[in-house]
Amino acid sequence: MRRRSPLSTITRRGAVLGLAATSLFDRAAIAADADTIAFDGLYKSFGVLGFEFSDRVTALRGKEVRITGYMAPPLKPESHFFVLTREPLAICPFCQSDADWPVDIVVVFMENETAMVSAGRKVVVTGRLEIGSATDAATGFVSQIRVTHAAFALA
Amino acid sequence: MRASCLLAAALTTSLLGSSAIAQTIYPIDRAEILEGSRFDFKVEFPNAPASAEVNVTINGKPAAEVLGRPTNFVQSEEGQKHSALWLRGASLPAGRYVVEATQGGNKAIVNWDVFATTQPRRAKNVILFIGDGMTVANRTAARILSKGWKEGKYDGELAMDDMPNMALISTSGTDSIVTDSANAAHAYTTGHKSCVNALGVYCAKNALTLDHPKVETIAELAKRKTGMAVGVVTNSEIEDATPASMVAHTRRRSDFNDIVEMFYAVKPDVIMGGGSPNFLSKVTPGSKRTDEQDFIAKFKEAGYTLATSKTEMNAAVSGGAKKLLGLYNTGNIDGAFDLRLARKGTISKFPDQPDVVEQTKAAIEMLKGNPEGFLLMVESARIDKYSHSLDWERSVFDTIMLDNAVKVAKDFAGERNDTLIIVVPDHAHPMSIIGTYDDSRPGQLLRDKLGVYNESLPPNYGPLDAEGYPTDVNTSRRLAVVYGSYPDTCDTGRPAMDGERVPAVKGPDGKTNIANEKDCSGPLATRKAGNLPFDSNSGVHAADDVILTAMGPGAERFRGHKPNTFVFRVMAEALALGGK
Repeated sequence: MRRRSPLSTITRRGAVLGLAATSLFDRAAIAADADTIAFDGLYKSFGVLGFEFSDRVTALRGKEVRITGYMAPPLKPESHFFVLTREPLAICPFCQSDADWPVDIVVVFMENETAMVSAGRKVVVTGRLEIGSATDAATGFVSQIRVTHAAFALA
Repeated sequence: MRASCLLAAALTTSLLGSSAIAQTIYPIDRAEILEGSRFDFKVEFPNAPASAEVNVTINGKPAAEVLGRPTNFVQSEEGQKHSALWLRGASLPAGRYVVEATQGGNKAIVNWDVFATTQPRRAKNVILFIGDGMTVANRTAARILSKGWKEGKYDGELAMDDMPNMALISTSGTDSIVTDSANAAHAYTTGHKSCVNALGVYCAKNALTLDHPKVETIAELAKRKTGMAVGVVTNSEIEDATPASMVAHTRRRSDFNDIVEMFYAVKPDVIMGGGSPNFLSKVTPGSKRTDEQDFIAKFKEAGYTLATSKTEMNAAVSGGAKKLLGLYNTGNIDGAFDLRLARKGTISKFPDQPDVVEQTKAAIEMLKGNPEGFLLMVESARIDKYSHSLDWERSVFDTIMLDNAVKVAKDFAGERNDTLIIVVPDHAHPMSIIGTYDDSRPGQLLRDKLGVYNESLPPNYGPLDAEGYPTDVNTSRRLAVVYGSYPDTCDTGRPAMDGERVPAVKGPDGKTNIANEKDCSGPLATRKAGNLPFDSNSGVHAADDVILTAMGPGAERFRGHKPNTFVFRVMAEALALGGK
C-alpha cells in the first residue's frame, strides 16, 4: 500500500539529521540560480495511457533545476541515487514485496555514493534535468525524469 | 518504475532460505487435484544426491510410468544444495495416489486425491465475488449503514446474506497461520494450498520467482477445456493479487510486469481494473515496465476494445464489444467513499472511473451472450486496503459496493438456475463493532463518548441515497469500530473526510513506524501504543475464518466448515472441468 503523510509529521529529530546533511548545503547553494520546478508542474497531461511532460519541463531539459520533494526510503544508507516523491512514502518499495512506486517519481543521481538522510525527509535537489526513458546500468531501475549531477539539502 | 528483477530476486531469495532436511514433494500431502488439470511435479532431495541415489514411485510404480512421460533429474539444481526431479505439465486420471521419494534410508510419502467431476455440467455460468479482507464486522456494519436497524432487527437484508447456502471457510496457507491475498486467492483459483505471496505455484527452492512448480488456474482450465468466456474485474490494480490469481504463476505477487504478460497469455475476455502503467512500454512517460512491450497495442491487436473511463466502458458495451481491456486508473480505482462522499483520493485526476457495480453490470452484459457460458471473478479490493489503513468507513462503503454488485449478479441469475454465485472473503481483518461514539455524552475523551451495551444507541447517519449508501457519516453518533491490530497510531473516532487514513508513518530510524501526528491533535484524538511489530505501518490480516454465501447449481455443497481450496472444487464440479 502507498502511504502519504502531511508535512507536520516530519518534525522529530530534525537536529540530528541536520548534521548528516550539513556538508551538502554548500553545493546546493552554488546552484542558487537554477530554475525551480515542482511536482505539480511536471506534466501537462496525466492519464491512464501515460503522461506528457509540461512545456516548462521540456524547455528546461538539460538545464540546471531545483525541485523540492521527499526522499523515499533508499536501498542502502549510501547510494549514488535515490527516488524523490511528491509526498512522503512510509514504506520502502525496494524492501516490501507488495509495495510499489507512485507513478510521478523523480529519480536523483549523484556523481558519487552519498550518505542518505532519513527516509521521508523533505529535501531540495539541484542538478541537471533529464527527461525520457532511461535504465540505470547498475540496478536496472527505469526512470522517465531525472535530476543528474545532483546535490541535495534538507528543506 | 521498479527495482530490477535481479535486485528483487536477491531480496526474495534471502527471505525464503530455509533448510528442509527431508525430501519435499510437490504437489504436497493431502493435495486435492482436479482430474486432467495440469501441475508441475517436483521432488527436492537435500544434500544434492546423484540420480542413482534416489527413487520416486507413484502407487509403487516408477513416477514416469504413472505420469506417462519421462521425468527430468537435475543434480544440485541451480547450484544449490539440493537435487530435483521434475515433470512439468503433468496430469492424472481420478484416483488415490501415494507418492514415495526415497533417498538412502529416508522416505517421504505424500497422498494425492485426484477428483473427477460428473457430467453433465450443472452450471453454465460461475460468478465468484471476492470481498478482499471482508470480515464479519464488515457485513454487520454494511447492514447497519445501508439497511437500517430498529429494535434489534434490520430493515432489510444484504444481497450477499440472502442466499440459500453458507459455509465457514478457513484461509491459512502452507507456511503460516495468517495468509495474504495472493495465497488466499490462489486457493480459490487452483484448489491447491500454497504460501504467502505465491500465485499459481507451490513454493519450492527455485531461485527465480517464475520457476516454481506451477498448478493450473480455473481461468486457464476454462479456456483450455471449454468454450467459456472469462472475466476478471477489480477496483485494485489489475495485477494485484486477487485478480492476478486467475492467470498468474509466480512466487512473488509483485511481479506486475510478468503478470501483465500472463494476462495476455490467458486472454480473459473482459479485464477491468486499475494499474495501467505496467501495460505501457518503458519509453512512455508514466510506464512502470522495464521493457518496450506495449500491451495496450498487443491487446488491441488481439481484438480487445480499450476503455480508460466509465464513458468508454459503457460505449464499448453498447457497441457490442465482447472483449474489453478496461484500465481506469494508474493505481487503484477510488473506493465508494471517495467516489460518492469525500471526493478525495485520485478523483481529481481520474474523474470518470466506474465503480465495482458498474463494472459488474458491464462485464455481465459483455459475457452473457457467450453460448458456452462464462466464468467471472469480481473483486471489491479496497475493503482490505482500507482496513489496513484502519479506515473502517471506507472499508464498509466498499462492502456495500460489493453487495450492490452481488445484487446485479442475482438479478441476472434470476430464475435461470444455471448460474452459480459465490460471495466469499479471501481472509479476515481483526475488526469489530463495540458500540457507538456519541458526541452528546459528557466528558472530553474518546472513551467518554463511547456507549457500550445498553448505551450503544444506534448511529444517526444521514439518509440513504438511491444505491443504499448513507449520505453523511460524519455525524454526532457514529459506530465505534475497532481494529485488533495497529501500529503506533491516533484514533480520531470520526471518518477521515480529507482522504484515506494514514495510521502511521516511517520514524526517524527509517524502520520503526510512528503515529501519524496529523490524526493526533483533534478534539477526541486518542494516542494508541501499537501492538504490532515495530516495522508494521498498518493493520494486519487475521486468521479468523470467513463467511461464504452461495446460490445456484452446486451451491448446496457449501455447508459447515471447509478449507478455502474447497471453493475451487465446487466451481470445477459445477462446470464439469474434470476429464482428460
